[in-house]
Amino acid sequence: MYIYNEQDQRIIEQRVEQFRGQTSRYLAGKLTEDEFLPLRLQNGLYIQRLAPMLRIAVPYGLLNSKKLRKLAHIARTYDKGYCHFTTRQNIQFNWPQLEEVPDILAELAEVQMHAVQTSGNCIRNTTSDEFAGVAQDELEDPRPWCEIIRQWSTFHPEFAFLPRKFKIAVSGTDGDRAAIQIHDIGLQIVKNDTGEIGFKVLVGGGLGRTPVVGSVIREFLPKEDLLTYLDAILRVYNRHGNRANKYKARIKILVRAWTPEVFAQEVESEWEYTKETPGKLTSEEINRVKGFFTLPSYETQDDAAEEQNLTEFAKNNIAFGKWLQRNTRAHRVPGYTSVILSLKPTGVAPGDVTDTQLDAIADLADQYSLGEIRVTHSQNLVLADVKKSDLIELWQKAKSGGFATPNIGTLTDMICCPGGDFCSLANAKSIPVAEAIQRKFDDMDYVYDLGDLTLNISGCMNACGHHHVGNIGILGVDKKGEEFYQIQLGGSSDTNTTLGNVLGPSFGRDDMPEMIEKILDVYVENRKGDELFIDTYRRIGLSPFKESVYSKEAHTSKTTEPDDA
Amino acid sequence: MPKIIKDGQVVDDSWIIIEKDFEGELPIGKLLLPMQYWLDNRDNLNLMCMGLWIDSDEEVEAVGHEANMFPLIAVNFPVFTDGRGFSIGRLLKERYGYTGQLRAIGNPIQDQLFYLKRCGFTAFDLKEGIDLNEALSSFNDFDTTYQGAVDPATPLFRQD
Repeated sequence: MYIYNEQDQRIIEQRVEQFRGQTSRYLAGKLTEDEFLPLRLQNGLYIQRLAPMLRIAVPYGLLNSKKLRKLAHIARTYDKGYCHFTTRQNIQFNWPQLEEVPDILAELAEVQMHAVQTSGNCIRNTTSDEFAGVAQDELEDPRPWCEIIRQWSTFHPEFAFLPRKFKIAVSGTDGDRAAIQIHDIGLQIVKNDTGEIGFKVLVGGGLGRTPVVGSVIREFLPKEDLLTYLDAILRVYNRHGNRANKYKARIKILVRAWTPEVFAQEVESEWEYTKETPGKLTSEEINRVKGFFTLPSYETQDDAAEEQNLTEFAKNNIAFGKWLQRNTRAHRVPGYTSVILSLKPTGVAPGDVTDTQLDAIADLADQYSLGEIRVTHSQNLVLADVKKSDLIELWQKAKSGGFATPNIGTLTDMICCPGGDFCSLANAKSIPVAEAIQRKFDDMDYVYDLGDLTLNISGCMNACGHHHVGNIGILGVDKKGEEFYQIQLGGSSDTNTTLGNVLGPSFGRDDMPEMIEKILDVYVENRKGDELFIDTYRRIGLSPFKESVYSKEAHTSKTTEPDDA
Repeated sequence: MPKIIKDGQVVDDSWIIIEKDFEGELPIGKLLLPMQYWLDNRDNLNLMCMGLWIDSDEEVEAVGHEANMFPLIAVNFPVFTDGRGFSIGRLLKERYGYTGQLRAIGNPIQDQLFYLKRCGFTAFDLKEGIDLNEALSSFNDFDTTYQGAVDPATPLFRQD
């Protein structure tokens, strides 16, 4: 994990003082509402439906136990005892007092954390793969590059007032776990013909009102040129992005209007001027940052024997077996595994954790995973370096802590934004829909039988819940003051990113679990062998689902069938 | 006389901004001409005591290397959230080697002074009613910066 030096620390502390000054000028009436707005947003502070919401940055999703305990302390002291993990690996507090925010930021600075650029029309937190550094399929660890980008983008003087927000994601694998195709800039670490490491550069991806899959504008960018090339992209966007209409202001609209080819040419000609400037990375700097992400000293383990043990234990303990299957991932070091702690038990808003749970997870991390924790973009947490010999013990503790629900990657592991319960942008609530679906599908055997399936819920078209790229996507819409829900099918955010297609007219909230059931029935009837939902959908298309959901018969049964069927 | 911030100090200012749609005879005094006005009338203008102002949606390339003909170039921020002026400032300084006074006009706010200075601006015309002496403190919001720009040009990783 990157550790701040004196300069990093001073920058963050000076930010706290800057924001303290801005807040007191605002409270004293010396800064207008309009002037304070972008300043507080660039510190993650929204004014929400019930109270301000403060979004804390978790750079590329990486936390340690010390940071987690600080977050628990903040949840207890300044909030109502819980916080929320977001789809961009960040953390949100829903109940802070505006006057106390500078103090919260000062507390965060003590553990090298901040809320810098977590909102507003600027470069946001860079996200990455939650299995970075431990994944078997990785070309190179993306985290040093994320940290280099974090430093470059922090208080970048030219790009603090962009046309719109700007999100960057980095992936070190072929199989994309960082959703780089739906980011303003997606960077994939690649190797060229001569074996050099560099980046494939995508631009113009994004969800929201106009979902677009990003386009490749450069197949290979030498690694030293990363920052000067990013500068060139941002400068072209800052100068030419639409500022008149906020719904047309994201870079994706510019890239589409110009075509990716023309956009790429503009970037290349801008870059000609800047590629040999001091912004070009030095190998010393690259190595300095990489030095913070070296492999920990793993112990030598007898992998085969440990596997044997686990299999034996799972034979007599089905619950453990399910958890082992769904909530652990292969690790590159023999005898080790990565564990996903589920933040999606039924009855809790997806991604919500209490202060006690945060402390408990910090303890687990210290005891079993070298003190580190990662946040996933599907709103779960990962203990990346767990010895297989510790798994049974860890499972028991995780179970009593309430985060061992064995549902990772399944229907009930939903991605869900805070929705109308908290967010002032939302058109509809999303948490109650998620809960109703979880309650309806409480038969885990059925859920396992469905296999890998993503269900993503957003309370409005800003798409924080990534509904466009869920195999099943649900979008809350407002019709004359009433909440309705539109269903989309066929989205996916993996390597083969696709955007979902709208099924048809929307439904009331109470009908949603039943509609999802009808959709799943069509899948179960049509699937061939082990075929996943997304593959069946890609084979049979939208029509069979449409027919089932909107048939006359379906419509009558909708009102007569009991809800708990 | 109106006051501005220039080179870190509060000073009097007597430059007159000529509007884009100006017609007729130019007044006497130190004039800031709209860029397009200069382009349209450049053969008939006596550039003594004249500066130029560029709007945020205009292409600074039209001035390009001729920038140093002017003792003062101003960049307009029609609203303070229009960040195009930051790029225009850097281009003038870094690409076209502009050495004269670079001034932010329109509606920049105190909290942008630090970024503006980093992008090469040396003078700042903030809205009326702001305590300019108090605003000066915002230049010192940070004493360390990660990325290179105009000031400082060297990114942190290349500094000793």
